[in-house]
Amino acid sequence: MNLTLKVWRQKNRNAPGHLAEYEARDIPVDASFLEMLDIVNERLIEKGEDPIAFDHDCREGICGMCSLTINGKPHGGKGGVTSCQLHMREFEDGQTIVIEPFRARAFPVAKDLAVDRSAFDRIIQGGGYISVRTGSAPEANAAPIAKDVADRAFAAAACIGCGACVAACKNASAMLFVAAKVTHLNSVPQGRPERDRRALGMVRAMDEAGFGNCTNQYECVAACPKQIPAEAIARLNRDFARASLKETLAG
Amino acid sequence: MKSLILAVLRFYASSIGKKIVVALSALGLLGFLVGHLAGNLLIFKGPDAINAYAAQLHDLGGLLWVARIGLLVLVGVHIAATLQLAAANRAARPQEYVVSATLRATRSSRLMVLSGLTILVFVIYHLLHFTVGNLHGFYDADGAYRLEDGRQNVYKMMVDGFRVWFNSGFYLLALGLLASHLSHGVSSLFQTLGLTTPRTRPLFRLAGWGFAVVICGGFASIPVAVLAGLLK
Ligand code: HEM
Ligand code: FES
Repeated sequence: MNLTLKVWRQKNRNAPGHLAEYEARDIPVDASFLEMLDIVNERLIEKGEDPIAFDHDCREGICGMCSLTINGKPHGGKGGVTSCQLHMREFEDGQTIVIEPFRARAFPVAKDLAVDRSAFDRIIQGGGYISVRTGSAPEANAAPIAKDVADRAFAAAACIGCGACVAACKNASAMLFVAAKVTHLNSVPQGRPERDRRALGMVRAMDEAGFGNCTNQYECVAACPKQIPAEAIARLNRDFARASLKETLAG
Repeated sequence: MKSLILAVLRFYASSIGKKIVVALSALGLLGFLVGHLAGNLLIFKGPDAINAYAAQLHDLGGLLWVARIGLLVLVGVHIAATLQLAAANRAARPQEYVVSATLRATRSSRLMVLSGLTILVFVIYHLLHFTVGNLHGFYDADGAYRLEDGRQNVYKMMVDGFRVWFNSGFYLLALGLLASHLSHGVSSLFQTLGLTTPRTRPLFRLAGWGFAVVICGGFASIPVAVLAGLLK
C-alpha cells in the first residue's frame, strides 16, 4: 500500500518542531506500524537523510516504550492496542497519516517522536513500591487474597506505563497511570500498610512533574492499551481523600 | 492551629485536593438549586403562596444573610478552584497537537468552563434584576411591586420580568447551559468523591441527566408559562 506520512520532526528538546511530509510506497499490509516506520527509515538512511527517531523495545505490547500519536490518537486510538501491535491493514491505501509525539509539558520531546517519560519514574519514586521484601513465589502463593481483590489488583497491574493516558487527556493528566499503580499496590495485603503514604506521595510527585488535572472525561481510558478502567481513578480519589484527612487531622 | 491551617492549605494545593473542594462546593450549590426551585414553583399555586414564601424568607433576617454569605463563599470557592485547575490544565500542554481527536469525552464535559462562566454572568444579572434592583427601588419606583401591607409583590415582579423577551431569553439560555453543566457535573462529582464503582457508574450518569432535566425544566417552566400567558 502507499501512504503519505506527516511526521513531527524536532532536533531536540528546545528546537522548534514541524511536520515533514514523506511518501511511504509499497508498504506491506501485514507490516506493523513500527515496521512501516522502519521501512521509511531505511530509505531515509539510504538517501543519507536523518531517520525518524521513535521509541520502541519489545514490539509485543508489553514494555510500554512505543509512544506515537497517530492522527491525533495515542497508539492509533483503536483501544487495547499499542502502536507496535497496530497493523497497516487498519489503514487505507492512499491515506495520509499524521504522526506526532505524546504531547505534555511533563514529557519533553527528546527527538522527533521520542519523548522523555522519566516523570513517570519520579512518580513511582513517590510511592509506587513496597518498602520491605515481601518474599518470592512461595510467599505469594501462600498469601490468602480474595479472588475479587486479586482480579482488581491484577487488572490495574496490567499498566505498562506507556503514557498514552497523558497523551490522550485534554489536560495532559497522569491520573490513570497513578490510579493504576495505587489501585494495584493498595489492593493487595503486601501493599496495604503503606497505603496512605503511597497515595499522598504519588499524587504529590505527579503534581510536581507538571501534569494537568483530571476532568473526568475518560479520554485516558479510551486510549489505554491495557484498558485500565475509570474506577481506578475513583479509587485513587478515595485513597487520597482518606489519607489527606488522616494526615491533616492526625498530623 | 497554624499546623492545621498549613495542612489544609497543603491539601488544597494538590490537584485532587482542589478537585474535591470543587465537588464539595458544587454539592452545596446543588442543594441551593433544589431549594430555590421548590420556592419558585410556588408561583403556580398563585400570588399569595409565593408572596408569603418571600415574606417568610425576608423575615429570617440575620439567618438570610448567613445563607447569602454562605452561598457567596461556595460560588467563590467553586470558581477560584475551577479556574486554577483550568489554568494548570492549559499549562500542562504547551505544544498543542497539530491534529487532535476526541475519543469519548462528551460535549458537556468540554464546555464546563464556558457553561460555568455563563452561569456566573447570569447569576450577576439575575441578582441585579430581582434582588438588588428591587431592594434599591429602581424597579419599584412607584411602589408597583408592593402589596398593600408593604411587603414585596414577588409574583408581579416575576411575571412582569419574564414578559420582557430578553429577560426570558437570557434566563432560558443560561438554564440550557446550566443543564449542560449539571449533566456532566453531577456524575463527575461522584467520581471525584471516589464513590463511583463499575456497577454505579451508569446510575450516576443517569442521575446527572435526570437532575439536569428536572432542575432546569422546573426553572424554565416559569418563563415559559408567563410567555404562554398561563401566568399573569
Ligand atoms: C449553580 C451553580 C453551579 C453548580 C450547581 C455547579 C455544579 C458543578 C458540579 C456538580 C461540578 C462537578 C464537580 C466535580 O467534577 O467533582 C462542577 C464543575 C465545574 N464547575 Fe460548576 N457549578 C456551578 C457554577 C459554576 C460557575 C459559576 C463556574 C464558573 C467558572 C463553574 C465552573 C466549573 C468548572 C470549570 C467545572 C469543572 C471542574 C473540573 O472538572 O475540573 N461552575 N460544577
Ligand atoms: S514496543 Fe513495547 S509496548 Fe510497544
